[in-house]
Amino acid sequence: MDTLSTTPKSKEPVETLSCVVIRFAGDSGDGMQLTGTQFTATAAAIGNDLATFPDYPAEIRAPAGTLAGVSGFQVSFSSEDIFTPGDAPDVLVAMNPAALKANIKDLKPAGILIVNTDEFKDSELAKAGYAKNPLEDGSLAAFRVHEVDITRLTRAALKETGLPQRSQDRCRNFFALGMMYYLYHRPMDVSLRWIEQHFTKKPEFVEANKLALKGGYAYCEATELFQVTYEVPKAKLEPGTYRNISGNQAIALGFVAAAQKAGRQLFLGSYPITPASDILHELSQHKNFGVVTFQAEDEIAAIGSALGAAFAGDIGLTTTSGPGMALKMEFIGLAIMVELPLIIVNIQRGGPSTGLPTKTEQADLLQAIFGRPSEAPCIVLAARSAADCFSVAYEATRLAVKHMTPVILLSDGYIANGAEPWRLPKIEDLLPIEGNRPAGPEGFLPFSRDAETLARPWAIPGTPGLEHRIGGIEKADGTGNVSYDPINHEKMVHLRAEKVERVARDIPQAAVDGDQDGLLVLGWGSTYGAITSAVRHARTAGRRVGHLHLRHLNPMPANLGEVLARYEHVLVPEMNLGQLALLIRAKFLRNVVQLNKVQGQPFKESEIMARIEELAPAKEGARA
Amino acid sequence: MSGNVTLTKKDFSSDQEVRWCPGCGDYAILSSVQAIFPELGIPRENFVVVSGIGCSSRFPYYMNTFGFHSIHGRAPAVASGIKIANPELSVWIATGDGDALSIGGNHIIHLMRRNVDIKVMLFNNRIYGLTKGQYSPTSEVGKKTKSTPYGSLDRPFNPLALALGSGATFVGRSIDVYAPHLKEVLGRAAKHTGTSFIEIFQNCNIFNDGAFEASREKDLRDDNVIHLKHGEPLIFGKAKDKGIRMKGPFEPEVVALGAGVSEKDLIVHDEKGSATYAFMLAQMEPPAFPVPIGVIRNVDAPVLDIAMHEQIAQITAKKGAGDLKELLYSGDTWEVR
Repeated sequence: MDTLSTTPKSKEPVETLSCVVIRFAGDSGDGMQLTGTQFTATAAAIGNDLATFPDYPAEIRAPAGTLAGVSGFQVSFSSEDIFTPGDAPDVLVAMNPAALKANIKDLKPAGILIVNTDEFKDSELAKAGYAKNPLEDGSLAAFRVHEVDITRLTRAALKETGLPQRSQDRCRNFFALGMMYYLYHRPMDVSLRWIEQHFTKKPEFVEANKLALKGGYAYCEATELFQVTYEVPKAKLEPGTYRNISGNQAIALGFVAAAQKAGRQLFLGSYPITPASDILHELSQHKNFGVVTFQAEDEIAAIGSALGAAFAGDIGLTTTSGPGMALKMEFIGLAIMVELPLIIVNIQRGGPSTGLPTKTEQADLLQAIFGRPSEAPCIVLAARSAADCFSVAYEATRLAVKHMTPVILLSDGYIANGAEPWRLPKIEDLLPIEGNRPAGPEGFLPFSRDAETLARPWAIPGTPGLEHRIGGIEKADGTGNVSYDPINHEKMVHLRAEKVERVARDIPQAAVDGDQDGLLVLGWGSTYGAITSAVRHARTAGRRVGHLHLRHLNPMPANLGEVLARYEHVLVPEMNLGQLALLIRAKFLRNVVQLNKVQGQPFKESEIMARIEELAPAKEGARA
Repeated sequence: MSGNVTLTKKDFSSDQEVRWCPGCGDYAILSSVQAIFPELGIPRENFVVVSGIGCSSRFPYYMNTFGFHSIHGRAPAVASGIKIANPELSVWIATGDGDALSIGGNHIIHLMRRNVDIKVMLFNNRIYGLTKGQYSPTSEVGKKTKSTPYGSLDRPFNPLALALGSGATFVGRSIDVYAPHLKEVLGRAAKHTGTSFIEIFQNCNIFNDGAFEASREKDLRDDNVIHLKHGEPLIFGKAKDKGIRMKGPFEPEVVALGAGVSEKDLIVHDEKGSATYAFMLAQMEPPAFPVPIGVIRNVDAPVLDIAMHEQIAQITAKKGAGDLKELLYSGDTWEVR
């Protein structure tokens, strides 16, 4: 990154804040995702810690101006460690009445509201379901409202470009972005550079978007629109090199890294599905890493091809979401039966069935652990944040190859699309990825086992003398020949289960962040940010509370039972109706307090904090 | 085992006891496949035989090669992954009419559309054998089976027409017990680069005995099948006295030779002819026509597994072999000290 220009001192008094949350909201055609992404890139370049939450409709173009078509992007940026995109925005930018109506309930009291007044015409108000103009009826009195005719001002700024009005209006988002850059003392360099690079094929938009961006900035400067402007200094992050990354991008890079470390070709078999397709898009770009991407005819063929590739010696990978996961289950059973390494990524979304395709949920945990016919255990991992997706993808590959078994990796729509700064790993620190290679043709048995892991050898077609047959029919221990022998079947069922159980020896013990007794908040997956924030704040407020976040859901860490036993209460927040809670009760005969939310939206810190306050004892000497 | 060692049929027989019903047509097919594999000049370790579910899908267990008995209908998916992962391998699918055309219909058409270099042997016995006798997607209308005691109402698929419609570049047909012919068609399929689709009439002597009697029985065969040979006229009959000529545009008819009709009036077979011609052949069915066997179509088209690796090579040549550190540390990065 080039050095950033320093922003000129504004005329208004400047306040320094530690953390700000902005939500950009508009029609899905208004470019709000881009606006948010640009603000995020600049915040990252400045060195803020940050977290984002894009929230958009499933329809590509819902009717313009309606509530169904509202698209939002929330970004939280801070001079301190943050873990969530924020419960409630400090600033709401509403490009039309529908965006206002859909989002105003979340804005903090006395929060800054910027509305594009040009869109508050009767017809637009009616589409949003407003009987009266909210700008005129006093209903927004609780907020600091800035009415700006963004459409007209953008057109004025772009007058000289000669672009048709329709095209001029498409630059309004950059005008709004310019305003936010002024309000928060952000340099425009990052976005100006991006505009130049992005619109090379439409040069007329390079100048237009630049004019709009600068226009928004200049407008605030000239009109002294804001009484105060703000600075959010850079965060004191752990030393290292950082980049901003979304979960799906991080997952893709994790698999590229794993395949490189393993010295094998990466084969992705995938079928497009929201919100997992971005992994396919990302990996399709990295062919010079020997990455093969195969867009199959359906979800079943996607996993089937990945399993075939795994048999042939590749790192076999398939990516999907709930509906696709259901279709893949028979093949996962086969992968368990033939004992080949295979990674299945499920970017969970609201369900069942089509459900809420663009919204988040974590209700596929029990499916991942149990959702196959018969006794069919496999490894299940979950990513906790966008950046963590890299490490978990890497870990999934390491375990699949070493233990010769499929691994299900759970992520969800929230962290898949959300972004945060990622401290880049050192390549040399990545763990080796090694499998159980057959010694040679002498005495080769396809279902002989490694004494420690019980993994069978990975004998790859093309290797002389290792010709063998695998398949879904039960096989004799050792030879792998078809066997209907009852005692052998029971032995094999136990072996497959034991093999997965022994993975617990290969993973870290559970370690609690915070207090070692009192209340334990036990989480998994994308609830990490909200739980971390809540627990830290509760501890600062004098509560005795610890946080344990599970990455390995099957098998779980070997000491989990002992850890749970130390606590008075265990609180389990989940974006489902209590799936981890059910597992904990069943495995450890330990009761837990559930906190469940299934609204397609991530937890807010405050929602978790409220339960912590009810359950956590005060620290010794502190007042509860 | 290397390519220089002369392989024999025995090298391709696994140590597993073959467990099809006595008299099943699958035995004959297995014998022909084991006979031609050593003749292909491919090292044994480079063969992979993949199957789905059904009687025919037990095939890989009996071949001493790499083998993968997968799940119902999905052999094309598994085989595609294997072939794309390593194009050096010679990948064969053993499948049946239920496996390929019913539960696996979606996969088989896309395999042929993509023209992945895989050889598909479809054992067509017009019945579900392993589940003990229900009608299949190639069973004739009116067929009485366990699941259609009053006669089947479903119209059957014509496997060759389906393959041609899917864009298959090699389409052939043979008969389980007609070993010299089957070996010839399998050998030609093996030499084709791209998806080869071979329909093999296979008798299920338990649940659908005699389904192809007129084509399988030596005495009847010559009057009921027509051997397609590239560049030769369509002649058939024990006495080579009958032929096929074009009555109208793509409207074939059977004619007796002599009495003013000579060989030069007949259609001359062209494997590389139009898809419309091949489709016309595929539609020739008894009783109006003899059953065409041999290579119906054999054309060249881009092959997916080859194209994918060419693309990877081109991009790698252009961008250079990927450097992991460069990739991770790309985009807008910043240092925190």
